[in-house]
Amino acid sequence: MNHLPLIIKREYLAKVKNKSFILMTFLTPLIMVGLITLVTYLTSVNNEKVRTISVLDQAGFLKGALVSNDYTIYHYLESMDLETAKTLSNQNNSYGLLYIPNHPLDSVSTHIKFLSEEAPSLTFVTGLESKIEIRLKELKLEKAGVDLSKIKAAKTYVNLNQQSYEGVKTSKSGSFMKLGFGVLSGYLLFMFIIIYGNLIMRSVIEEKTSRIIEIIVSSVKPIQLMLGKIFGTSLAGITQFALWIVLLGLLMTAASFFLGVDFSATPQNDMMTEALNNQAANSEIQGLINDFRGLPIFNLIIAFILFFAGGYLLYSSLYAAIGAAVDNETDTQQFILPVIMPLILAFYVGFFTVLEDPHGSISIVFSYIPFTSPIVMLMRIPFGVPLWEQLLSLTVLVITFVITVWVAAKIYRVGILMYGKKPSYRDLVKWLKY
Amino acid sequence: MKDLLEVLDVSKNFGDFQALSNVSIKVPKHSIFGLLGPNGAGKTTLIRIVNQITMPDSGQVFIDGAPLEPHHVQHIGYLPEERGLYKSMKVGEQALYLAQLKGLSYNDAKNRLKHWFEKLEISHWWDKKTQELSKGMAQKIQFVVTVLHRPKLLIFDEPFSGFDPINANLIKDEILQLRDEGATVIFSTHRMESVEELCDHIALIHESKKILDGKLVDIKRQYKTNSFEVGLSTSNKNQLKRLIAERFDVTTADFKSLGDDLKLNVKLGSGDRSDDLLAFLSQNASINHYRELIPTASEIFIQTVKNNGL
Repeated sequence: MNHLPLIIKREYLAKVKNKSFILMTFLTPLIMVGLITLVTYLTSVNNEKVRTISVLDQAGFLKGALVSNDYTIYHYLESMDLETAKTLSNQNNSYGLLYIPNHPLDSVSTHIKFLSEEAPSLTFVTGLESKIEIRLKELKLEKAGVDLSKIKAAKTYVNLNQQSYEGVKTSKSGSFMKLGFGVLSGYLLFMFIIIYGNLIMRSVIEEKTSRIIEIIVSSVKPIQLMLGKIFGTSLAGITQFALWIVLLGLLMTAASFFLGVDFSATPQNDMMTEALNNQAANSEIQGLINDFRGLPIFNLIIAFILFFAGGYLLYSSLYAAIGAAVDNETDTQQFILPVIMPLILAFYVGFFTVLEDPHGSISIVFSYIPFTSPIVMLMRIPFGVPLWEQLLSLTVLVITFVITVWVAAKIYRVGILMYGKKPSYRDLVKWLKY
Repeated sequence: MKDLLEVLDVSKNFGDFQALSNVSIKVPKHSIFGLLGPNGAGKTTLIRIVNQITMPDSGQVFIDGAPLEPHHVQHIGYLPEERGLYKSMKVGEQALYLAQLKGLSYNDAKNRLKHWFEKLEISHWWDKKTQELSKGMAQKIQFVVTVLHRPKLLIFDEPFSGFDPINANLIKDEILQLRDEGATVIFSTHRMESVEELCDHIALIHESKKILDGKLVDIKRQYKTNSFEVGLSTSNKNQLKRLIAERFDVTTADFKSLGDDLKLNVKLGSGDRSDDLLAFLSQNASINHYRELIPTASEIFIQTVKNNGL
């Protein structure tokens, strides 16, 4: 008789009604948004400080090159000697003093100094340096008799229209999008396995410690109970994830609306918008949309569902077997490590190899090994993987999944009725023969 | 078919450990069958095989003449020795779930549960969480869930452990009633008082082997030694004892009585009958106490296990 729906329903409700589960569901987004808000707020406070930079330009090269903005005010000092300038900039609370001594254009660059109380940040220094560099370069060019306006007119931006031989358009920003999709789906799967695999394991242990297990298995086959547990817990997990996404969205909106926290208002973003403005922004956005259209969306979604399900079920059956083998959670450590290792390996291979070279041999090999394939293949697919490779990898995954479930069910069947002694790996192998 | 359950030549090994070796038992319909044996003898393994929790290495099991199949779980009610309930689930919910797993529909399960809860006067427990129940209360729920689907075969593994005497009696009466209504009951226990009271048939398992089985009365008949316990009032105890000892095997007995009696265990010779002893005694003394010594299940148990242990 098929009791699977009944078991799934119970497992689902048992998880969803659980107090700590409910608490986690609502607290997690709250804490996350709270932290992000705090960080963003602190950053913006940090940025709002207006810095005055005193500039002592004895050579007169930088006239008009440093333009004040909201955060930085450049205060040009009349010609005076360095000591007076130092006292003066100290008096009017300047952040620092930029000193350009009177040297000829060719050699001045090695003598420019920046004096300040505290060491300035790297970004600040780099920004200042590049501004000075540009100005000095222009001056040198002018001195050599080059017409600057012609150079400006000759300036060309190149954005390669990337295309595969089949005529599919690709682009740099497209690569970023692919990367994003790959990393996101790999990370989701990774987190999902760890969080809900553990939940499954704990619920198996709970059935053992509460001694209800023998009553249940006298009515249903242990494999049904195990699968019911896995599916029920997964559904609860999907519910929790969906709620998290919705709540996160709502809270972010609420936070930016009520607290006035602009999550995009970081200095880096400012610089990027600036850069975007410089290059023709419109065509860039158009490009993004095209890139998105250019992604194999349908393939991505189907592959995501299949590999996610396959990978998750593979690992969760292992977690269920571990839960059945031990009596309490402290005994799980030695068995969990070998389960988590390939997971972490997959994640790092995905992160460091696939994103670098999605079609390299390491990427390909790991996208076939069933314990790493879900994560690695999900990261590869956005870069275009032939269908037969995907199918082959999926077949290997499904076969392994069936074998793993069979092995896990064996261990489960014997383990749930074993109390007392913590089993060794040799015991587990013996159980397969019972 | 007169046997509801037949276990034929079943063996089971766990690695190097032999749990059951060629065990066969027959459980007649409408009987209460005692499965006896010391701890670790293999009782629970045998019961798990009947419940299809464990698969036998060899041998067969028949229910009502048909080989054991997965659907048979509906006709079996099993109360394991290691029993518990989901701690965080409510009593009613939990009972409904377990009943549905045995194949009852939601409505059937609910109606029958209501009936049982009223009968045992525990209706107000319905919305309680299991962790609020005492051990005895939880056992009642487990008992109800075990019998709810009206199984043909009921299997109780150490059913009375954890019950106070009042509740144990209550459950005992329920078991007897279920037997009268047509169920067949298997009891696994090493508590002999309950065997004496309840069981019609017994099987004794020791170190994975069945060493004795049959009707309890038959076994007792087989194990009795034709001995009688007598209490006699006389003026000269020693003389009387010598007189009886000339005719029968005599040992001193120890039992409680009101007077200062000569207490003896008298074993009859092979040709003697009880009447002969009575006639002989009444000629020589007045008889205050006369009782045939019937071995208790406990004595049979200990004796058989000892004999087989050597």
